[in-house]
Amino acid sequence: MSNPMRSMLYIPGNNPGMIQQCAFYGADSILLDIEDAIAVSEKDAARNLVSHALSTLDFGDVYMTVRINGADTEFFERDLEKIVPSKPDAIRLPKTQSPEDVIQADEIITRLERENGIEEGSISIHAMLETARGVVQAYEIASSSPRVEALTLGGHDLAADIGLTRTKEGMEILYARSAVVMAAKAAGVMVFDTVYIDINDLEGLLREATMIVGMGFTGKAAIHPSQIPVIHEAFKPEAKDLKKAMRVVRAAKEADKKGIGVYTVDGRMVDGPIVTQARRIVGLARISGMDIEGVDE
Amino acid sequence: MVPDNVPGWGNFSPYNGPASRLDGSFDTVTAPIPHKVNVPSRNKVAPSLQEAIESAGLCNGMTISFHHHLRNGDAVLQMVMDTIQKMGIQDLTLAPSSLTGAHDCVADYIRNGTVRRISTSGVRGEVGKALSRGELEIPAIIRSHGGRARAVEEGSISVDIAFLAAPACDTAGNLNGSEGKSACGSLGYAIHEARHAKHVIAITDNLVNYPLHPHISIAQFYVDQVVKVDSLGDPSKIATGAARLTKDPLQLRIAQNAFNLIKASELLASGCSFQVGVGAISIAVASDVRDYMRGTGIKGGFCVGGIGGFMTSMLEEGLFEALFDTQSFDSSVTDSMLRNPGHVEMDVSWYANPFNKGCLVNNLDVVVLSALDVDLDFNVNVLTGHDGVLRGASGGHSDTAFGSKLCIVVLPSYREGVPSIVEKVQTVVTPGETVDAVVTERGIAINPRREDLLDLAKRSRLPLKDMDDLKREIESVTGIPDPVEFDHDHPVALVEYRDGTLIDTIYRVK
Repeated sequence: MSNPMRSMLYIPGNNPGMIQQCAFYGADSILLDIEDAIAVSEKDAARNLVSHALSTLDFGDVYMTVRINGADTEFFERDLEKIVPSKPDAIRLPKTQSPEDVIQADEIITRLERENGIEEGSISIHAMLETARGVVQAYEIASSSPRVEALTLGGHDLAADIGLTRTKEGMEILYARSAVVMAAKAAGVMVFDTVYIDINDLEGLLREATMIVGMGFTGKAAIHPSQIPVIHEAFKPEAKDLKKAMRVVRAAKEADKKGIGVYTVDGRMVDGPIVTQARRIVGLARISGMDIEGVDE
Repeated sequence: MVPDNVPGWGNFSPYNGPASRLDGSFDTVTAPIPHKVNVPSRNKVAPSLQEAIESAGLCNGMTISFHHHLRNGDAVLQMVMDTIQKMGIQDLTLAPSSLTGAHDCVADYIRNGTVRRISTSGVRGEVGKALSRGELEIPAIIRSHGGRARAVEEGSISVDIAFLAAPACDTAGNLNGSEGKSACGSLGYAIHEARHAKHVIAITDNLVNYPLHPHISIAQFYVDQVVKVDSLGDPSKIATGAARLTKDPLQLRIAQNAFNLIKASELLASGCSFQVGVGAISIAVASDVRDYMRGTGIKGGFCVGGIGGFMTSMLEEGLFEALFDTQSFDSSVTDSMLRNPGHVEMDVSWYANPFNKGCLVNNLDVVVLSALDVDLDFNVNVLTGHDGVLRGASGGHSDTAFGSKLCIVVLPSYREGVPSIVEKVQTVVTPGETVDAVVTERGIAINPRREDLLDLAKRSRLPLKDMDDLKREIESVTGIPDPVEFDHDHPVALVEYRDGTLIDTIYRVK
């Protein structure tokens, strides 16, 4: 897998100025949106613009995702036909309700990859869950195709679907958050939290971001570049956790070299999941700009 | 290519490196100031502007000067020039400290022969267009702030009459810039002007009882006459509020890269000194510096240069010991200048004159500067736009670049589709030898002369890029614009380096 993706910044697919600069806004990943951000009359133009931008611009290391229109719209297939050949890293499927939604998209993407000489399976799917039905089927959706790389929670549509109002505290989607995280972990995929709407309230964002990091989310969506450093701050490991993780990673390296299977760090047995967790912390520290000398591979 | 003789001005030497005259062997003189002894008077207020000009003895061919502290709100230059034109005086040399957006009228005085030569730091708007069309027969001379102070002291600019807008002034000519409806803050250029002009006329819309106190920027013994007018200009453009912190993600990104480089340079330590302008990126850098200083408890030595509200708030907070203010960028600083002894009003020679006994830029650690474009040799253009037309100011750019330990030029990699990193800049104002790094949103290019800085930046894992690669990367998005065509037989302006040598020539746009 690529670098950790702490942040995913929404960029409207009809804004060429922002699209050409988005790689420099500091987000780990970008979501070019041709769904909700785009009026029906603008769909064709946005689709063409996003496709052209992906084919011609260099976005460097930034992970590029496109949110297409849902399978229940007339734009769904046209979006895939146009976007897949321009090779985004992932396609985000909005309002995913069932494994069948994923399988349907998977089949079309597979056909388009073949037709366009793209390595089969190279374009991932991020399934967006924003209905009660989608949340309930989260695990089935996450494990419905090897293309599914992430689950993402759409808080506002979900709240509307279950007849509740979104609040800053977020109690109305607490269960959904927990359920989606657990399903994603069970399926071994990433999981992105929903957006924080009030772009002027960075303190509120930090509180929410800290909370969702604690719940197990691997990333969070952003709707304004000013939210990015705040989200990244929430994902920055604690210095003491990093120190411990570095000891584990070093020990794992040594053990690998010597061919030792079982070993201890700080007097405790170390096994696979602990090493994976330690490597994740070191990875987050690396992209947070923390000092990880000695374990930097 | 620069000429060694310029008809209308005289002889010049070509630029020969930033320190070619600063090795201790170069001699200079301070020009004497001829002065007619005034009749002692308790009241220097002239009946009218015209009578003051007549009494000063203005004739055809003389040199007059103005300061540009009133920024885009200045009405004094036009008021004076209008009077002079009506008096039928011609062929003047106009030598203001700079020309701002308020001075489009100068194009008309060029056309009707009132002005024959121009020496300034900045040229914009209609004046820039008129010069670039070749409307002034004798090329204008563009000087840095420090270079202009030097030229005034050595007599290359010999000002016959200085017209000094004075936001507060008493009947004997004591004046300051920090009180009244036209308060603008520091009078750093005017202080120097008053000391070296043969005749000084203070123009005020705020005549106060003698003595003006407690703050006096220019004392009465420098001032020949005082003129009372209704207004010095548009207070909404003079008394602008402090610039706000940008929310533009691209500018913030550039600022973050610049700040990370400053941090990596290890100069951000106790006693450090800074100059940042009031451009959006500069203020964002200052904001990062402020947060860092708050977090680490480091206390800086001083800030210098054009001072804006952001810097005065840092002084107020105790993050720096002192501010040296040669030019206030917004009037939010005037209160600080009056009340805070750490906020020092500094004249422009003190600030940047390379030939005095030690200007303040030589004590500077870090300067963050903007630019129109930069080339592969790190040369910086702040004067001509991508259409070749004059639209900028030399300002303190080359002075601070030379004096500082770390000179960072910040700019977006392209503006309106035109790349900012080019093979050769159209106009060199600041030589690449004095620029340490160029910072864009796409990464940081470090001058290969600064191997030490490169090592530090690598150690901090900054997003470093080779200048050639950066240029290629930008051009892959923008393409390469067609070059502007110039009439090389027709120079319209000469760019003087701070030491008096000529560094570049600007030609008429075809």
